[in-house]
Amino acid sequence: MIEDPRIPKAIKNLESPRSVYLVVSSKGGVGKTTTSTLLALVSSIERHSTGLLDLDFVNPSTHIILGLDPRVIKYEEEKGVKPYMVLDNLYYFTIVPYTMDNPIALRGGDASNALWEILAIVRWNDIENLYIDTPPGIGDEHLDILYRLRRIVKPIVVATPSRLALRSIDRLVDILREMGYGEILFIENMGNGLLRSYAIEKKLIYAGFIPYINEIEESIGSIEKLLKSDLLSYVKTIYKNLRGFTRG
Amino acid sequence: MVHEWALAEAIVLYIENQGVKRGRKLFVKTGALQSIDREVLEFALRELIKEHGLELGEIEIVEEEPLLKCRNCGYEWRIEPSSMSRDVRETIHFLPESIYAYYRCPRCGSIDFEIVKGRGISEIKVEDHD
Repeated sequence: MIEDPRIPKAIKNLESPRSVYLVVSSKGGVGKTTTSTLLALVSSIERHSTGLLDLDFVNPSTHIILGLDPRVIKYEEEKGVKPYMVLDNLYYFTIVPYTMDNPIALRGGDASNALWEILAIVRWNDIENLYIDTPPGIGDEHLDILYRLRRIVKPIVVATPSRLALRSIDRLVDILREMGYGEILFIENMGNGLLRSYAIEKKLIYAGFIPYINEIEESIGSIEKLLKSDLLSYVKTIYKNLRGFTRG
Repeated sequence: MVHEWALAEAIVLYIENQGVKRGRKLFVKTGALQSIDREVLEFALRELIKEHGLELGEIEIVEEEPLLKCRNCGYEWRIEPSSMSRDVRETIHFLPESIYAYYRCPRCGSIDFEIVKGRGISEIKVEDHD
């Protein structure tokens, strides 16, 4: 075999949604998972059929933000795997029902194998917006997707206004440019709009900012609280700004 | 008709992408860790081959025994999916990498081991193709 046979099937599955956003950051702790989850929630309450895919195998945490016990997440099986319906318009896939939240240490080859298996078997039919949460850094999972699914995914870079985060983002942006990504979306998290000028300087598409608020910690684990959170209006603005950008 | 259908679709798309339309025999090697139901896979393959307008004659599916190797102490061992609990077997069927959540090296207890072979589809071959 010269190519992994799951890749053409993965491409077919991901061609179905109108937009596929890959939420990335080379720095940990910038709020990537919270951002992808909030974007998915906003998209679903805006009455768009939405998917949320957690590709962080080592430290999956979208289910914690959504307040879902791994035991309640059940996938329907029909010519593959149908994601779990969290809300009317929100469909979700994470590996935690398989690992039961036990830690798994995946090396590069295993991470790639798990990635292509999931992308090949999970069906995103009738989904308009798919948000993919990824682990921090640029690992095999990112490289596999960014190289092989370039015409399908739209990268969203998340950063906080910190010098360390920005130095790290500089490198990530360079890598994305090298890979041929012209349009790179940018979200400032835990900020106040200060990074707009950074985004302009780096020729990134500034989608908006999410401020830091103390209540977010209390809202983690409750969809109801997240939907009432003060952050939501900021995420709605970002969601609207992203809508014109759909494919790699 | 679940995971096997998705895998059959992957196989047929792969063959199409190679530009192959006709052949005498389709040979597929699967990994026993994934506990693929060979009858279901063959049924799905026949349906999809027809649907995609391919002519691939006979279908042979062989299963490779899983072999695991500890990266810490080098110990190699085999594992029988039939010896696993139903839940774990089902889980590994969908995602073989979830084995890392349930098993350790039987000699040193390390969680850092690798699946040397027998994970999933490792070979697809169309014999005497055009």
